[in-house]
Amino acid sequence: MKPILISLFAAILFLPFKGLKAAGIMFISILILLSAVSILKKTKVIDAIKAIRIPEAGRFKAFLIPALLISFLAFPLMLKDYYIDVLIMSGIYTLLALGLNIIVGFTGLLNLGFAAFYAIGAYTYALLNTKLGLGFWTSLPISAGFAALAGLLLAIPALRLRGDYLAIVTLGFGEIVRLVLNNWDSLTNGPNGITGIAPPSLFGVSLGKLNLYYYLVFLLVLLAVIIIRRVESSRIGRAWIAIKENEIAASSMGINTTKYKLYAFAFGTFWAGVAGILFSAKMQFVSPESFTFMESILILSMIILGGLGNIYGAIIGAFILVLLPEVLREVQLYRMLILGIGLVLLMVFRPHGILGGVKGVHFRS
Amino acid sequence: MYILEVRELTKHFGGIRAVEDVSFKVKDGGIVSIIGPNGAGKTTLFNCLTGITKPTKGSIYFMENDISKFPAHKVSELGIARTFQNIRLFSEMTVMENVMVSQHTRMRYGFLSSVLQGSNFRKKEQIIKEKAFEYLELVGLEDYADTMANNLPYGSQRRLEIARALATEAKIILLDEPTAGMNPIETSEVMSLIKKIQELGKTLILIEHDMRLVMGVSDWIIVLDHGVKIAEGLPEKVKNDPLVIEAYMGRETTH
Repeated sequence: MKPILISLFAAILFLPFKGLKAAGIMFISILILLSAVSILKKTKVIDAIKAIRIPEAGRFKAFLIPALLISFLAFPLMLKDYYIDVLIMSGIYTLLALGLNIIVGFTGLLNLGFAAFYAIGAYTYALLNTKLGLGFWTSLPISAGFAALAGLLLAIPALRLRGDYLAIVTLGFGEIVRLVLNNWDSLTNGPNGITGIAPPSLFGVSLGKLNLYYYLVFLLVLLAVIIIRRVESSRIGRAWIAIKENEIAASSMGINTTKYKLYAFAFGTFWAGVAGILFSAKMQFVSPESFTFMESILILSMIILGGLGNIYGAIIGAFILVLLPEVLREVQLYRMLILGIGLVLLMVFRPHGILGGVKGVHFRS
Repeated sequence: MYILEVRELTKHFGGIRAVEDVSFKVKDGGIVSIIGPNGAGKTTLFNCLTGITKPTKGSIYFMENDISKFPAHKVSELGIARTFQNIRLFSEMTVMENVMVSQHTRMRYGFLSSVLQGSNFRKKEQIIKEKAFEYLELVGLEDYADTMANNLPYGSQRRLEIARALATEAKIILLDEPTAGMNPIETSEVMSLIKKIQELGKTLILIEHDMRLVMGVSDWIIVLDHGVKIAEGLPEKVKNDPLVIEAYMGRETTH
């Protein structure tokens, strides 16, 4: 029943674009695909595959991580500029997803205005660089610090609220930041944005070239993963997860829930600031258009897709949602449609996200 | 020597008088049971004692401090821990991690040490794990350390709640219906666990409906009805108190 409904859903979505025949083909091909999957499930083939892998999981992981690192280091040597560009954007979104995952995934505070902190990081560097002539490296801690400060300042009043109410306040904050950037002409140059932002340089070598910039982003993502993983597996991370799981129990176990929620907000938005400065230094241009509500939703989709509360899930989610539209560029018109169907399918088959329910590092400590 | 003294504690929710003018004292190292029919205000009393709700009036002295206005995490840090009637475990964490959370205020290190993970961090994390494991052994859950908390059977979940409360290294442990929904065998296990906890030098306050357990372990019983303390005393005395029998069984009517 489920496969029929899903393929019908996809076909109806396609109907207005390609007519009845294409929709029919769509229906049949998806139906065949899904039936094949469910037959495979019934014949226990998938179970058998899973059973083989589990004892090897440790060794598999020990092999996978260095392999991934090496291939990511080697990518700029063999890929065209276009692909490097896409990978850089994946890296920036990975930072955003990792940051939001701290707030939503670990601590369970729904934040719908995360793009605001991304914008604050980006504009801080844009202004520091064009108005005061500060370099990238000096601005990096300032931008990230400003974003974290903004996170803290929003969180202090907003954390009196819970759940949906908190979400609405963060949504409002996101819009406020965007509107301020859009209208404060004398400082931000309004909707025209700020141009002429300098790319970073290191020991006199400009990192403006894509492949060098790629390594900068790669390094910062790696740093973020290591730091966030470590904090997650400490008493701070345990406090965050305890707050998400049961706030009353957490406070009864001695956790100052307000304080740790503030920590989560500041620490999460810090990474949005890092992502922001990387974005503006890469584009050498910022405008309010890049920080809309849709951007916040996109980042949230990444961590939900990957599995809330899982660092690796956030990375996978960010890569999928940046890469997929690019891969589907060939079918320009339909890419958002296909992406949408893909997301719905995922939520049907893995409602907790790709890595949802797979335990992260802190569960092994 | 009294470790806890409650004076004229009152809690109103709008027009509802959940707890009204309740006063009692708890001896250090004792086991006190709070009994009473459903809706008598027992859990509200526990919530006031642990800072989860603020009392409308009255004071709670714990080791010379009035804790009635303290937030929950402060009360826990001072040394009062509790379990919950409706189990409140961190269900997406392992059994071990649930207990490790309770060491939060006992083993402290800052943000920077968790990033750098130096020797101080590793030593403290090691102690946290050892202690957590000790408490798991005490309640008999050491074999389930890596199980997800929500995969535990019901009775074990209740015991995990007790381990988690103990791991805060509190002086007073409040158990809210520790045997609710348990079979007689599990109940007697909890009974011996309670005695073991007392031997560790802890003071226990229980809310309990199982009279065999209450009479078996308590050295003082407080009876609440409609938010008011209607009796208190030694188990033998309370058992035969006509007011208590009336609260539970209803008034005898003459036809």
